[in-house]
Amino acid sequence: MRGMQKPSRWEHFEHGADIGVRGYGDSLEEAFEQIGLALTAVITDLNKVECEQTVTVQCDAPDDELLLADWLNAIIYEMAIRSMLFSRFQVSIKNHVLQGTLCGEIVDIQKHNPAVEIKGATYTALQVTCKQQDNWCAQCVVDV
Amino acid sequence: MHSAWWMSDMDLALFQRHTETGWEIAPHGNMRVPAVIYADEQLVRDMDHKVYEQLCNVATLPGIVKAAYAMPDAHWGYGFPIGGVAAFDPDEGGVISAGGVGFDISCGVRTLHTGLKKQDIQEHKQALADVLFYKVPAGVGSTGPIHLNETQMTEMLCHGARWAVKQGYGTEEDLTRTEENGCMRGAIPDYVSERARKRQRNEMGTLGSGNHYLEVQYITDIYDEQIANSYGLQAGDVVISIHCGSRGLGHQIGTEFLKEMAVSAASYGISLPDRELACAPINSDIGQKYLGAMRSGINCALANRQIITHLTREAFAQVLPQAELRLLYDVSHNTCKLESHELDGISRKLFIHRKGATRAYGPGHSEIPEALRATGQPVLIGGSMGTGSYILAGTKESEQQAFSSACHGAGRAMSRHKATKKWRGRALVDELASRGILIRSPSMRGVAEEAPGAYKDVSEVVDAADKAGLARKVARLEPLVVIKG
Repeated sequence: MRGMQKPSRWEHFEHGADIGVRGYGDSLEEAFEQIGLALTAVITDLNKVECEQTVTVQCDAPDDELLLADWLNAIIYEMAIRSMLFSRFQVSIKNHVLQGTLCGEIVDIQKHNPAVEIKGATYTALQVTCKQQDNWCAQCVVDV
Repeated sequence: MHSAWWMSDMDLALFQRHTETGWEIAPHGNMRVPAVIYADEQLVRDMDHKVYEQLCNVATLPGIVKAAYAMPDAHWGYGFPIGGVAAFDPDEGGVISAGGVGFDISCGVRTLHTGLKKQDIQEHKQALADVLFYKVPAGVGSTGPIHLNETQMTEMLCHGARWAVKQGYGTEEDLTRTEENGCMRGAIPDYVSERARKRQRNEMGTLGSGNHYLEVQYITDIYDEQIANSYGLQAGDVVISIHCGSRGLGHQIGTEFLKEMAVSAASYGISLPDRELACAPINSDIGQKYLGAMRSGINCALANRQIITHLTREAFAQVLPQAELRLLYDVSHNTCKLESHELDGISRKLFIHRKGATRAYGPGHSEIPEALRATGQPVLIGGSMGTGSYILAGTKESEQQAFSSACHGAGRAMSRHKATKKWRGRALVDELASRGILIRSPSMRGVAEEAPGAYKDVSEVVDAADKAGLARKVARLEPLVVIKG
């Protein structure tokens, strides 16, 4: 997976009751992969999540920002219904249609010590920007 | 109280101060009505400027009636401020907003009597904490005792706590002490997606995480003897409070309709000052679908709190069989409800959004259970693990102030990130134990994020609500046992 070979380029940012997630990348796709890591890191230590099972998702939305919210919500949904945590992400996007692969394992309370459950991606601070051709940033606040 | 870290302080020059606790923003720009904040000066100063911005934005929405309101605990939310109240008239193009209800549809609090005094439980506290933690599923990945098939799910979404009681999880008396008598009318489960149902399959009867909790508390102070008597509350009484919502189902409904409303707003001629304010006319296809789905979400939350009540009763039966757990009341603080309100002498049917705000009907209101009607609706205000919670009562004045609404809690004063830097979960658990407060949680990091010091002082919020006439202060509670997700 492409997401596993790059150095981590994600961070959290502060918001009132909740938390912001942000991913950077050389491409839109990479920024989306990185923000997936930021999302899991809200819940647990990323290094503790093994890549044992993969899940594929598809999202489509009229613009990059809504697509980002959809992507995060797709991850949140798969985490919820499968009781899984994901530590690797691969994304391809064509014409506002996203194909994503998530890789992770079933949540283990002892091992992962999950801090909080994420309810959904909000439209607060929801932004997808490209400063130069290869300097993408994707971010939003998630409700916990 | 310190200003929080992410915000710029509120500029008081933006307001006309009408009373000690009433701050009005005159309509400007596209605002259709004024905006009003109820809080004392310090609370307003400490509020994020975003509250001002979001409240002004809400005031621009089509069909809004009278004013956009913020409660004393208002803070930066998603489109609507948390602690926001707004009424819409469907006949004047009024809208309904998924963000104005929030992701955790019908999140709320219920408080139960136990018939016990603080001294009755002291030596059983450890056992009680352990059994409650074992019985009530809490935290990420926890699953409930009940798994619903499609037919049962639809029944639950139609009938809420009434369905739960029919399954044996509680009593008829519980229903009379729940808003809407435990069943939100007008739920249309057909509008609840397959994905939302799937997300709920294993989550019935679970607390969730974040700021959700189950607490065994005792009453430290009574402020209004007469109302406390009618609620059956005395100093030293042990009570239980449960704070949670509609779990994965509500979150998924919120997520899906937020997008649908954001994408379709322009087609309804609604120009959104902020995408998060995504909304649709109440009298539109999407508006009606959301209403049917959101009401199903309310029923899910009511059923969920009812099942947790049953599990709590089972735990008490094991440890303290002499306890009799009777429901005082169940209130929701993330809703949109159709209510009758009098405006200029005329009764009007309005859709009232309360996002992080509690309904607070005053004495005599027909929606209040008969036994409590003379004194007004109990308003249940949650605190943090180490600080007090409060019980207030709805007032007559509140009807005129903010469509019978009051605050819902303390609100954070520090980010989760800062809290984990400042506190360690284990040390907090030990410190609280030395104060007689037992914490049980699957996640020590979760405990650190929810540290009492990360929250504002709820007593300042409650005092402001009392002063503003939104609700009357009745009793203060302190935790003895906390089950935290």
